[in-house]
Amino acid sequence: MSNAVSALQGASYVGGIAEIRELGLRGMITLRGDLADKKLIKAVKGIAGTMPDARRIAMNDKAGAAWMSSDELLLMVDHADAPSTIEALNSALKGTHFLAANVSDARAVFEVSGPSAREVMAKLAPVDFAPDAFTQGMFRRSRLAQVPAALWMSREDAFTVVCFRSVGEYMFDLLSVAAQGGSEVGAY
Amino acid sequence: MSTRLKSGGRFTSGGAQLSFDFNGKKLKGVAGDTLASALLANDQMMVGRSFKYHRPRGIVASGGEEPNALFNMGYTNTFEPNQRATTTELFEGLIAGSQNHWPSLEFDIGVLNTYVSRLLPAGFYYKTFIHPRSFWKHIYEPIIRQSAGLGKAPRAEDRDPDTYEHFYFFADVMVIGGGVAGLQAAKAAALTGVKVLLVEQTAHWGGRAPVDGGEVNGTPVEAYCEGLVAELQAMDNVTMRTRLMGAGVYDHGYTLGYERLNDHQPDASGPRHRLWRIRAAQIITATGAIERPLSFAGNDIPGVMLASAVRDYAVNYGVSVADRTVVVTNNDDAYRTAITLKNLGLDVPCIIDARAGGAGALADEAKALGIRIENGKAIAKVKGGKRVTGVILCAQAGEGAELEEIACDAVAMSGGWSPVVHLWSHCGGKLVWDDAQSHFRPDSERPPSGANGEGFVSVVGSANGHMQMAELVGDAHGAGLAAGKAAGGTAVKTKAPEGAYSSENAVEPVWLMPQGAGYKLRSKAWLDYQNDVKVSDVQLAAQEGFESVEHAKRYTTLGMATDQGKLSNINGLAILSDALGQPIPQTGTTTFRPPYTPISMGAIGGEARGKVFQPLRKTPLYGWSDKNGADWEPVGAWRRPFAYLQPGESVHDAVNREVKNTREALGLLDASTLGKLIVKGPDAGKFLDMLYTNMMSTLKPGKCRYGLMCSENGFLIDDGVVARLDEDTFLCHTTTGGAETIHGHMEEWLQTEWWDWNVYVANVTEQFAQIAVVGPNARKVLEKLGGMDLSKDALAFMEWADGTIGGFDARVFRISFSGELSYEIAVPASQGLAFWEALMAAGAEFGAMPYGTETLHILRAEKGFIMIGDETDGTVIPQDLNLHWALSKKKEDYLGKRAHQRSHMADPDRWKLVGLKTLDKSVLPDGAYAVEPGVNANGQRNMFGRVTSTYYSSNLERGIAMGLVKNGPDRMGEVIDFPKVDGTIIKAKIVDPVIYDKDGAKQNV
Repeated sequence: MSNAVSALQGASYVGGIAEIRELGLRGMITLRGDLADKKLIKAVKGIAGTMPDARRIAMNDKAGAAWMSSDELLLMVDHADAPSTIEALNSALKGTHFLAANVSDARAVFEVSGPSAREVMAKLAPVDFAPDAFTQGMFRRSRLAQVPAALWMSREDAFTVVCFRSVGEYMFDLLSVAAQGGSEVGAY
Repeated sequence: MSTRLKSGGRFTSGGAQLSFDFNGKKLKGVAGDTLASALLANDQMMVGRSFKYHRPRGIVASGGEEPNALFNMGYTNTFEPNQRATTTELFEGLIAGSQNHWPSLEFDIGVLNTYVSRLLPAGFYYKTFIHPRSFWKHIYEPIIRQSAGLGKAPRAEDRDPDTYEHFYFFADVMVIGGGVAGLQAAKAAALTGVKVLLVEQTAHWGGRAPVDGGEVNGTPVEAYCEGLVAELQAMDNVTMRTRLMGAGVYDHGYTLGYERLNDHQPDASGPRHRLWRIRAAQIITATGAIERPLSFAGNDIPGVMLASAVRDYAVNYGVSVADRTVVVTNNDDAYRTAITLKNLGLDVPCIIDARAGGAGALADEAKALGIRIENGKAIAKVKGGKRVTGVILCAQAGEGAELEEIACDAVAMSGGWSPVVHLWSHCGGKLVWDDAQSHFRPDSERPPSGANGEGFVSVVGSANGHMQMAELVGDAHGAGLAAGKAAGGTAVKTKAPEGAYSSENAVEPVWLMPQGAGYKLRSKAWLDYQNDVKVSDVQLAAQEGFESVEHAKRYTTLGMATDQGKLSNINGLAILSDALGQPIPQTGTTTFRPPYTPISMGAIGGEARGKVFQPLRKTPLYGWSDKNGADWEPVGAWRRPFAYLQPGESVHDAVNREVKNTREALGLLDASTLGKLIVKGPDAGKFLDMLYTNMMSTLKPGKCRYGLMCSENGFLIDDGVVARLDEDTFLCHTTTGGAETIHGHMEEWLQTEWWDWNVYVANVTEQFAQIAVVGPNARKVLEKLGGMDLSKDALAFMEWADGTIGGFDARVFRISFSGELSYEIAVPASQGLAFWEALMAAGAEFGAMPYGTETLHILRAEKGFIMIGDETDGTVIPQDLNLHWALSKKKEDYLGKRAHQRSHMADPDRWKLVGLKTLDKSVLPDGAYAVEPGVNANGQRNMFGRVTSTYYSSNLERGIAMGLVKNGPDRMGEVIDFPKVDGTIIKAKIVDPVIYDKDGAKQNV
């Protein structure tokens, strides 16, 4: 897999009110199915440890599962593990109606970090990022300015943003503009 | 003359000296000044010329309602027209210029209009510029455009160096306005425990109250406000912002806030303006009230100002507008101006009170100061040209018979106060006419209502018609508690503050001064300063039948300037009501629309400029293509190479080379943008049979089939190759532009119509880099990379297989959109670039060259393949394109089937696809129409066909084209005419659209 490169090959922006970094390739699987199905829940728990509730993300050291809609999850694993994870899902869910597709390379992943990270996010997404309103474990499928994006807090003062690979450059530029020096809002 | 007082002002005391530039003059101001107060401190009474008559105009107000003091601000790339001096905070080096005059402010040629003003009444444009018809375009419009507008437009070549941004914020209660009522309401709401956002458009908390005086809980109101600010600042659940104007209130508590961060400090880093996009469960408008002018002759002469503004300049900025100020009023409040000025040692020659009974306690105070008071009197007219020199006193009840001339340098007028109801009204809040106070105020019984039918906006303070501190603070307190509770807060018991009562006599409506003013006076009594609308204009509109206030507004342009009639609307509709002989509430108001005052285009655009103006979608091969001569073409949001230019080549050269090379050797195309939708489930075959016009459920795993999709109205919406991956799973290729829309189309049918079918869809378009390897050498390069048997027998035409090629995980589709031997190979997007580079390297010996979208088009057109968006335009059905073969006769139903049976769809005279061969070998213009003799019912030339695709084919060395022609397939060999825009005609013969390898021998090797 030495040929595999992410959209921006780890670009970063520092010097603004938050640091912006492209995180590189991540294994991602779109899993559509009956989220109440026992086999599906078991399979997801086997990967991410927990089954996420609506609008939440479950993460362990190696993997994560995010709630995308009432019949869709986004599973995250190491990039190299995506094909084998899909094979495992295919055999675990055999006989049920589901769809598991590898979308690892369809995505670009960014981290927005620093004390003003919440404000940078709130300039772009119509989401309440106040500290008491948006907390770790929450997950939003929303938009940042003009493109769709999924987002959550990877740790305190740090957000992970996932968008389509084709608009990775736009996303990086967008986050960098929103993090420009002197643009603290001071609203939270 | 106007000047700076030694006493200093609330905002300017101790402020550093600043210098600024006005019309090229260097002037001095003080930190804390607005541009308006600084100009007045420099005795700059005249600040601009009026819109229509170019009359001298001075500063009238002290806030956002100012109609006259609009300036060209900044220079070159920071230039902005129509900036209000009253809301522009002074900074070192500010540059401002007055507007709408030539050659100078002092001497303006346009003032000639004023002498012909009798010829320029309301509706002048409508009446004059309609005949003769032909004059409009070439004579009237250019002249009107030249003379229209106040400020200059910024130069097209300048680029704003500032940045702007949006900010999304959520609050339980938003309070708009930081005066005493807003502060009180915010505190009360915060006490219920909810999240409160309090915004104030100026740089200062407290609003008018510190200037106007009064007491709350026995404390002077200024100190009381300071206490409230301190309390609010200490509360964790309160966010306070100054310089942030509530611009508009919309449905569901959506509110726009306009924050001016750096207007007062242009060298600071960070954005200049920020547009707050706020969601609030409850909104409280505490937007105050605006004083109304009085309508008397000469009320627009520089030096005639609102009484409250005169007071503001004295108290807040330490600026005296004049040594001798006459106060003219119909209410008690204006007496405060007289008292304030007198106490500052300035002369007030007279208070002219239109009320026969005069004022209450304030009159006694004024009298005690020795101020002359004339009750029941009026101003017949103001004397002066570029500034006030005196007023003529007359009886209010009469027609303006001159009693006496009173010399003065300024007139402080007050026609009463109008609550600022704009934000209340934006989303549907209704108003009532308050007869006692002569103003419209919010009707608390009919607030804007939210999704649950309950009101989500409440109103406090003078915005609610509360002109007395005694009623105002208690009410604001109660409204804050109620809003907090409605937004989910807990009820708290607190004692309401008590405001002191001031004994005042009632305002009396005075819409014209004097009451019986004749035409001459009325035609010099201004209602709308900015658009130059006079009392006589509104009366003329009424006389000519413009009875609706909305019609009268548009006919006279009353309230249509950048100030949106903040000073003029109520006076104008009162005059209209009087002219119509009906009460004011029956006339009603015009519609209040956001924004409250103009907000910058930059703030609206936010971050979307420069490289983030619009997202561009880029494939994994974008960087390689960009380095290798790509001439980019927008395809939706994607950028695709139109052609790859080699050094010295024109685009046309490159296309010709790519076409020949692909036919003769080896072409590589970045096809990654093609939509790729996975459709999976036990009902997937049934589902695709409904979506495509042809049969998909019979497709065998490992095979591909070309399919057409129609909308339920039968029109072609997409096409592409479907591959069956396994029994339950299909991969549907869509057009580049169709990926998202067809995905949505599938989801819509699955979610709304066939919700019980077991099908899931996933859009995996961007997971893959897809590369078309095309040409006689296609197999050779892939065999050289090795890893898969791609021989004719192992992978036949319209089959696919998974494997590895040159070490890359690949899915190979043996499909052809070019007519050549062709493989489309999908690899993971992260490896797309490496795979492309491997193909280019291995293909070098076979003549590998990249090709772009134009070559793709030419190759497919030579084969007669249709392109969605070229041969189709939303009105074309498969039958038009001779695609009957793809319309299943076995299927009971599919989307579009029933629509195709409609009479117009089945009409044999529909235009149908043919090839077009120009006799002179030239290239037909795209979209050209085939014409025949005669004209249709609209007088247009009869047409019977049009060009849908047209190219130059370097293979055939002539133009090739396809088109839709009436009865086309039955007219093979016929020569038809296509006129060009230059008047010449191209003759083209109708031919078979397939002009290259009709049997498919080349692709099937």
